[in-house]
Amino acid sequence: MNITTELVDYVSELSRLKLPEEEKAPMAAQLEQIIGYMDILNTLDTDHIEPMSHTFPVKNVLQEDEVEVFPNRDALLAGAPAHDEEAFFVPKTVD
Amino acid sequence: MNWEVVIGLETHVELATRTKIFCGCSTEFGGAPNTHVCPVCTGMPGTLPVMNKKVLEYAAKASLALNCTVTQYCKFDRKNYFYPDLPKAYQVSQLYLPIGRNGSVPIRLGSEEKVIRIHELHMEEDAGKLVHDNWIDQTRADYNRCGVPLIEIVTEPDFRSADEVIAYLEKLRSTLEYLGVSDCKMQEGSLRCDVNLSVRPQGSDELGTRTEMKNLNSFKAISRAIAYEARRQQERIELDHKRVIQETRRWDDNKDATYSMRSKENAQDYRYFPEPDIPPMELSDAYLDALRQAMPEMAEAKRERYQAQWGLSAKDAELLTSSRAMAAFFEETVAAGAAPKQASDWIQGEVLRELKERSLDVKEMIFAPENLAKLIGLVSAGRLNRGSAARVLRGCFADNADVEDYMRQNGLEQVNDAGLLEETVTAVLAENPQSVADYRAGKKKAVGFLMGQCMKRLRGKGDPKAVSALLNQKLEG
Amino acid sequence: MQELLSYSAVELGRLLRKGELSVKEATKAALSAIDGRQRGNNAFITVTGDEALARAEQVQRRLLSGEGVGPLTGVPAAIKDNICTQGVKTTCASKIMGDFLSPYQATVMEKLEQAGAVSLGKLNMDEFAMGSTTEASFYGPTRNPWDLGRVPGGSSGGAAAAVAAGECWYALGSDTGGSIRQPASYCGVTGMKPTYGAVSRYGLIAYASSLDQIGPLARTAEDCAAILDVIMGKDRRDGTSLDAPCGGLLAGLNPDLTGMTVGIPVDCFEDGLDPDVRKRVLSVADVLKGRGASIEEFRLPVMQYVVPTYYIIAAAEASSNLSRFDGVKYGWRAQGYEDLTDLYCKTRTEGFGSEVKRRILLGTFVLSSGYYDAFYRKALQVKHVIKSAFDDAFSRYDLILMPVAPTTAPRLGESLSDPLKMYLSDIYTVSVNLAGLPGLSMPCGFDRQGLPVGAQLIGPALREQAILNAAYAYQQDTDYHKQAPVAAEGGKRA
Repeated sequence: MNITTELVDYVSELSRLKLPEEEKAPMAAQLEQIIGYMDILNTLDTDHIEPMSHTFPVKNVLQEDEVEVFPNRDALLAGAPAHDEEAFFVPKTVD
Repeated sequence: MNWEVVIGLETHVELATRTKIFCGCSTEFGGAPNTHVCPVCTGMPGTLPVMNKKVLEYAAKASLALNCTVTQYCKFDRKNYFYPDLPKAYQVSQLYLPIGRNGSVPIRLGSEEKVIRIHELHMEEDAGKLVHDNWIDQTRADYNRCGVPLIEIVTEPDFRSADEVIAYLEKLRSTLEYLGVSDCKMQEGSLRCDVNLSVRPQGSDELGTRTEMKNLNSFKAISRAIAYEARRQQERIELDHKRVIQETRRWDDNKDATYSMRSKENAQDYRYFPEPDIPPMELSDAYLDALRQAMPEMAEAKRERYQAQWGLSAKDAELLTSSRAMAAFFEETVAAGAAPKQASDWIQGEVLRELKERSLDVKEMIFAPENLAKLIGLVSAGRLNRGSAARVLRGCFADNADVEDYMRQNGLEQVNDAGLLEETVTAVLAENPQSVADYRAGKKKAVGFLMGQCMKRLRGKGDPKAVSALLNQKLEG
Repeated sequence: MQELLSYSAVELGRLLRKGELSVKEATKAALSAIDGRQRGNNAFITVTGDEALARAEQVQRRLLSGEGVGPLTGVPAAIKDNICTQGVKTTCASKIMGDFLSPYQATVMEKLEQAGAVSLGKLNMDEFAMGSTTEASFYGPTRNPWDLGRVPGGSSGGAAAAVAAGECWYALGSDTGGSIRQPASYCGVTGMKPTYGAVSRYGLIAYASSLDQIGPLARTAEDCAAILDVIMGKDRRDGTSLDAPCGGLLAGLNPDLTGMTVGIPVDCFEDGLDPDVRKRVLSVADVLKGRGASIEEFRLPVMQYVVPTYYIIAAAEASSNLSRFDGVKYGWRAQGYEDLTDLYCKTRTEGFGSEVKRRILLGTFVLSSGYYDAFYRKALQVKHVIKSAFDDAFSRYDLILMPVAPTTAPRLGESLSDPLKMYLSDIYTVSVNLAGLPGLSMPCGFDRQGLPVGAQLIGPALREQAILNAAYAYQQDTDYHKQAPVAAEGGKRA
């Protein structure tokens, strides 16, 4: 599969990454090599195979609807690059 | 050309659980910013979600009540996008195996009935709240609402008018409220609606290009937004000869218009994939059967029963079933011995007035149905007249004081002493010769004034029937 | 002092309980070893000497009281820096984490505390556990104590190097595609990735959620058993943790392998495997046979699919897991941004290293509209095929023996130039994660250059005991696990 720099731009935008111009072509080439190698999977017929997202035999792991107060609110805010005693700060969001 | 409007709805409903969907934080509305938060719902690195048992139960109940096929092996998926109200940068939702599918909601418009098809019902987590602070020119992120459980109910494009939309939403609200799975308070955002709308020439089978309207937070806004957007699309096609652009539009309640939300992102590619942190959920037949067994009687069934069993009018039945709490109060009043018709009258009259004056919801009312039944009993037994009874209710409403004690302590018991009544009527007639003369001259209305004077002398406690009979007897005699 | 550090964790624990030595003495010995070797191998990101000494006194009192004392009480350990430790910064070896201080404690840390562990600090790793060499660390590469010109493997390279260099008696690492087993192999220590769900992931900063698992790196299989006894168990905060019996692995160790059948997948001993490694790994079979096991060869053709399947799934999950690092709630934020999107882009582009960015882009691609079915969904189907192949093998064999890595430790800088080649070197380890199985790496000799070789034992889900028994038996009859590199110099065998 041909990985263009446009495709690299597209996935970069989705990932909120902005590669410098000079890194785009090498990245496209590396991804193309890696993705090309993944082609080997297409030699395996999986038409009747259920995709398996969970390998483990666990289901219905549920917790009771009981309030548990986290006592350390300040510690949650303290690590933010911009905050006050109540909220996290971000640049203006526009709808 | 005649145009037909085609509408589909996506309704988000907050579930009335005590805690969030994946952590133990409270779901309580309001509160100072970031007070109902923990490492899990603020997306701290290394934390993991654990599913709330009640959320699964409520979502399954809602699916059953909306006649959906319940997906007995269901899973969560991640919906990935960056926004500061979403601390993990993905929303845990359901794409591939939603809990409910292929449901239906019958609605009624006047005498017409129609079925709205439900495409799917899925569980997901709510996002936080962003408030712009002009003082510091920064947006403040509050994660109190992050992780509050939601169900999203998606209909097929089955609506043809705003009235149908409102009828559906009323029905949905009532159903979910009766199930006890949500408060459905639009003003607090616990029921939110996105409207997908397109227009097409009458008779066409093809769907037009649709727009999605967000930020509709009242039934009035929904009606007006539908009217506005349908007209905008028609005019765009007919007058401007342009195509409708598929986009998201925001309703502005102040300007009475929708406007395009020009998203800077050209791509909406959410890259859904199965959520690896939450094991699948299996809903057994036995589990679903138990939920079906425990399903409460819904508003519609109650309305029919009130009319058939107790002979109430359709209008009364409608009002008494407007909320689950109201219906429960009514039924408990009847169960405590009150005649249904009288219970209905009292609730729709004095009880509602008291609630309104105090800005209370039925749910918050302390005044007990047994006490109302007792009050009605006192009136029927002739121990309290209607006017005094209203005073008793008012006096007892706030603290649910015993109506009989209150009546005694305040000396409101009805006067049935024949001697005293006789004395009073005689005295009133003697003091008001003009009125007596008027009456005898054919102005029958004068009896009202005389009646009032009698009750005044009896300080409102006279048995009105007895007083009226005595007056008539003396005037005619 | 040097002698002290050559004890196994379980041996040291025994000495501490007997009172032949104090926890403080042991802690000081480790701190002094770290002091001497850190400059050479850079195994640690953060050393918490003062906290460790204070903790040593506390644990000493517990030993004296005799209450809550176990095999590892007082034994100093170190923690991979992707495990959240309250009060000590957790970096994932990434710039984007800044000086992140976790507001909560990882479940494994709570368990270690209960067991009376003394933590010496946080260990170097590949950024966000993505890498096979520990060169992709914002804090500089870790070097292999056997040869400071070589990599220790990765991503738990700091953990393997610290144990090999005698800077701690054991370490906790994490393994998503071999990140415990491969560095254990390169550094000549014993490391184990438990069954998926056996150890709580709560507090492990996620790389690929469906594959990540915390596990021990130590000198011996016996040590690994003791550590797993402490850290395994159901955790209500991790929905994927298994509600299975736990504990008793140490007590249950049995070197008699009579009746055990070990399968050797011939596909894993063909092209691409270094002949020295091949020879050493196959020699393990002879030792196991001597302890009563029977050996059988079989074919495991799914091996050709494991690497692409792994990289699709791991990169996809990583792209989602790492989205939360955006400069808003914690960690580092870039300066000079114009708006919200610019803040995200600048922070993430400057905050992540190139390998992390490569995997995020790869993961975003395989999940994106139009490619999901061909890549991600396909990988989940192949994962099913791989899991079934292992289930089938385990219907015939109790254990599988195979190499850990195709070669011994490469030189620094050799791997990074060709990402695909580096990915391919994970061929023997990733299947274990895809199938959710337990796997152990143990030293089984040296190559012609004197570098350690590791052998891998894989078992069915929750059969940690069988694996540990085989490794324990092997270590009764061999002394490769007892060999240590020449201290400080990072030369060859002592």
